[in-house]
Amino acid sequence: MASIPQIFESMDYGPAPEAATPALGWIAGHGGRFGHLIGGEWIEPAEGQYFETTNPATGKALATIAQGSGADVDRAVAAGRAAQPAWAAAGGHARARHLYALARQVQKHSRLLSVLESLDNGKPIRESRDIDIPLVARHFYHHAGWAQLMETELADMAPLGVVGQIIPWNFPLLMLAWKIAPAIAMGNTVVLKPAEFTSLTALLFAELCRNAGLPPGVVNVVTGDGRTGEAIVAHPDIDKIAFTGSTEVGRIIRVATAGSGKKLSLELGGKSPFIVFEDADLDSVVEGVVDAIWFNQGQVCCAGSRILAQEGVAERLTAKLRARMETLRVGDPLDKAVDIGAIIAPVQLEKITALVRQGEEEGATMWQPSWSCPTEGCFYPPTLFTDVAPSATIAQVEIFGPVVVMMTFRTPTEAVELANNTRYGLAASVWTESVNLALDIAPKLAAGTVWVNCTNMFDASAGFGGYRESGFGREGGREGLREYVKPRWSDGRTVGQSDGARAGKRIGRDNARNKTASDRPTVRPSDLPPIDRTAKLYIGGKQVRPDSGYSLVVHDAAGGIAGEVGRGNRKDIRNAVEAAQKAVAWTKGTAHNRAQVVYFIAENLAARGDEFRKRLRALTGERAAAREVDRAIERAFSAAAWADKWDGQVHHTPFRNVTLAMPEPLGVIGIVCPETAPLLAFVSTVMPAVALGNRVVVVPSGTAPLLATDFYQVLETSDVPAGVINIVTGDPAELTPVLAAHDDVDGVWHFGSAEGAAEVERLSAGNMKRTWVDFGLERDWFDEEQAAGREFLEHATQVKNIWVPYGE
Amino acid sequence: MAQISTQAAASGGGHLDPRFIPRNPGIPLELDWVREVRVNRSAVERRAATLATRRTVKKEWQAAWLLRAVTLMDLTTLSGDDTPGRVRRLCAKARQPVQPDLLEQLGASSLRIRTAAVCVYHAMVPTAVEALAGSGIPVAAVSTGFPAGLSPFAQRLAEIGASVEAGAEEIDIVITRAHVLTGDWQALYDEVRAFREACGDAHIKTILATGELGTLRNVARASLVCMMAGADFIKTSTGKESVNAVLPVGLVMVRAIRDYLERTGHLVGFKPAGGIRTAKDSLVWLSLMKEELGPRWLRPELFRFGASALLTDIERQLEYFATGRYSADYRHPMG
Repeated sequence: MASIPQIFESMDYGPAPEAATPALGWIAGHGGRFGHLIGGEWIEPAEGQYFETTNPATGKALATIAQGSGADVDRAVAAGRAAQPAWAAAGGHARARHLYALARQVQKHSRLLSVLESLDNGKPIRESRDIDIPLVARHFYHHAGWAQLMETELADMAPLGVVGQIIPWNFPLLMLAWKIAPAIAMGNTVVLKPAEFTSLTALLFAELCRNAGLPPGVVNVVTGDGRTGEAIVAHPDIDKIAFTGSTEVGRIIRVATAGSGKKLSLELGGKSPFIVFEDADLDSVVEGVVDAIWFNQGQVCCAGSRILAQEGVAERLTAKLRARMETLRVGDPLDKAVDIGAIIAPVQLEKITALVRQGEEEGATMWQPSWSCPTEGCFYPPTLFTDVAPSATIAQVEIFGPVVVMMTFRTPTEAVELANNTRYGLAASVWTESVNLALDIAPKLAAGTVWVNCTNMFDASAGFGGYRESGFGREGGREGLREYVKPRWSDGRTVGQSDGARAGKRIGRDNARNKTASDRPTVRPSDLPPIDRTAKLYIGGKQVRPDSGYSLVVHDAAGGIAGEVGRGNRKDIRNAVEAAQKAVAWTKGTAHNRAQVVYFIAENLAARGDEFRKRLRALTGERAAAREVDRAIERAFSAAAWADKWDGQVHHTPFRNVTLAMPEPLGVIGIVCPETAPLLAFVSTVMPAVALGNRVVVVPSGTAPLLATDFYQVLETSDVPAGVINIVTGDPAELTPVLAAHDDVDGVWHFGSAEGAAEVERLSAGNMKRTWVDFGLERDWFDEEQAAGREFLEHATQVKNIWVPYGE
Repeated sequence: MAQISTQAAASGGGHLDPRFIPRNPGIPLELDWVREVRVNRSAVERRAATLATRRTVKKEWQAAWLLRAVTLMDLTTLSGDDTPGRVRRLCAKARQPVQPDLLEQLGASSLRIRTAAVCVYHAMVPTAVEALAGSGIPVAAVSTGFPAGLSPFAQRLAEIGASVEAGAEEIDIVITRAHVLTGDWQALYDEVRAFREACGDAHIKTILATGELGTLRNVARASLVCMMAGADFIKTSTGKESVNAVLPVGLVMVRAIRDYLERTGHLVGFKPAGGIRTAKDSLVWLSLMKEELGPRWLRPELFRFGASALLTDIERQLEYFATGRYSADYRHPMG
């Protein structure tokens, strides 16, 4: 060991290890072997299989963990199901007390949890001690509050039931908290599977739950690998799946749960831009990069892994970054003065190494600090790539390691283009001293979180989650609660007749049987032949003939022919989506303006009320035709009213900072209308979607599409810009899959059959578009609660959280 | 661009002694540079807050670092009731800040542990010079109408001359805060330039009184202008402002020093003063210097603590390390 005089001269850092003894003692206290914690009891795995969990810094085994089987998952779900009614019935205040106790437990055992986390995951003790575990406690405190407030603030909402939760290895306990706290606060019970690399803190947490007197079965932890996860995803008695992990696995889960009726939230991968404008405080930018990509060894889904630097400062920034990288310290995660710990596992290290090699082969300049990285254990040095083209693999692929790529841009517009040139949309960071620039750029970024002059800031009160293929749903804040509740009215829903897709098929079959639409004579009261009216498709503000050149017959209530509509096909959908994508000015415009247009639609609908009443009577035979028209006018008013009132929030994150939670429209939404209430359902779905700034491609009711085609006459007189509302008639069974599979469609709402819903969910996995389906269940379109309001507005938007620290 | 430490070494010229630091000659005032300074307060505060949590030294390393901290101290008394007796006591402490038996227990008797300087008002300079004779410890005098710096300019200049004449080798001047607050960078530059000339061979430390400058951006700009005007050291505070040496301010100032070095090749020292009272505080400041500027700024030529109470706490911590028992103030000789 160096003597004091030697150190006095060198002024080196020495070792500063955090003792592992208490954490190892906890493991030893369990005999080094762990079962599942189900229903408040340690349960041996049914199939008796175990696997080892290792310390990535040493490669040595820490403990033996149970491999969960289908039988174990069954048991856990049964425990959750048994506990759920009493847990929900206990009331918000009782649940708040329990969550408060859990927060206290986390704080009381914070060091044990931190050390155990660093041992199992390899993250530096500074991070587990100062970031992960305090955020865990904060999450339970914050959600204790939501439990307390649920009965008043979410009075119309009910818990979902049993929630299956699958979390990753990068923030084991923090991801657990993000999953469990909102779920149990809202009266659900959970079956949680930690990642197989990092199960220990979840098991310790489950033990703390038991010690804190949480009722058995509210929190169940089943350990295991992907097979255990599959069993949870496939379990028929689970009401919702919440998953954090790779986009690849998220996509598999989306497909696997399609049509199951399970609610789903996915928090997936990212390649988040880190944008540096020339007027930024560059020294602070450098520390921002440290926090962005050298936090948690870069194994962060929202890591700022793509630096976009304005050309004028790129060279200086590179020099400053390299100098800073020289002072980073990689090594023993339990050393208190280490910045970068161990990579989770050899397989991940290999992946990082391979991608870095590929980056070099593709011509980028790789730079690593001069000091040498530990060779024992899983370590990788901080790495900076410059001269990177957007097309380079390392600029597109999520590396999930301490590797950052740097590109340059010339103008703010180009910065946004580069930033958004990715399939992902998890987070972004913007560095500038100009508030004008920051608040101009933030809304233009396709990302669920935008950090201004900061990065990787998290808090329980601010929602976190993705745009695009980074997933959907939010964790944290009021917006995160939505993932764990459902409208109370939806509890007693039955399978209804509102089966647009089936109806469409029926029309299709009719058409096939009849060969041509004009075969069948139309019964007309008048002697004079009627003037033929041709209902067309409505695309890009124009009435257009269907690409197919075919028409479909629409029957009236008496079985006669009411008219014909164009038989749209995939090309018409393609054209409609293109038109909708072009109408981006609608989204950028003001809410006031959108409200004016929607009010004008209502006004013109009223002016043509008789026409619509007549049509409704003929088509549906509905005596309530007059009521439906009146309701439709009212619904349009309601949507117009909401246009400038669906406000965001300013979240109370515990920093000197405003966190703006802004609801933003999804973009282009495909809407498949139900069979019932053809006019009212059309208006009830389309109007809120467009009022909040979306552009839509509507597939009208299969039975009564003429209402929708009549409607474009209203649109044409109401100042609706071209492309905002596009109507493609035809067989919903043929058109829906095209919409659901279209990668430039941002969301699909489907109010048709259960099979159609399953298909929409399955096909949406292509670009992970948001879906809202009714699984063939009944919705009363005349009922205000079921057919208007928050549920529609929430599905029409996604929340972006913009963090703006301030202070001169 | 090479890393900082390499650059610093290069600008040291042909001198082999790493402690040889050529004085900062200053450069003409560059207003564009001053105006383009950007400081993001929130980001600076985040970095400052994690400095203490990202780095720590334990056991032998802590003891060695604390001994180093002692040698970086401008042991200071700046009170209205200072007397020659009080100053002589302080100088005795400066010569022997850590008791020999304790150094022996630490295995550090070979080290020549003494403070970097003794810092007093002008009136006490002769006493201090006499008391420190033969020790090699320089006397620093606060000057130019310390602490407010609002006495007539000619008197301020004369005060520097008098202190240098009386044997002060280091002059801690205060700047006119109004020049910063009104953005009159030329006036600030001229003032410091004049002070530097008045100092002659004595080193000049420019006290920014950052607690009175309003914003971190002002701190950064004032730091730059003082360095352009030839400051050997930039110093945070007089110790008399309501907010003195705090880490965010220190971070901004050392970044300005780095910026100045990168662009001009001149080395400038840093002195946080006021409010640094615990051994732990001193270690965080040393980490800050090591991280942001490199090991050259862990030597008295380029780094000083302005402190009075700090020494006692360091002595207590050293004794705890040596004996394993927590120590008490009264066990250590007072200054």
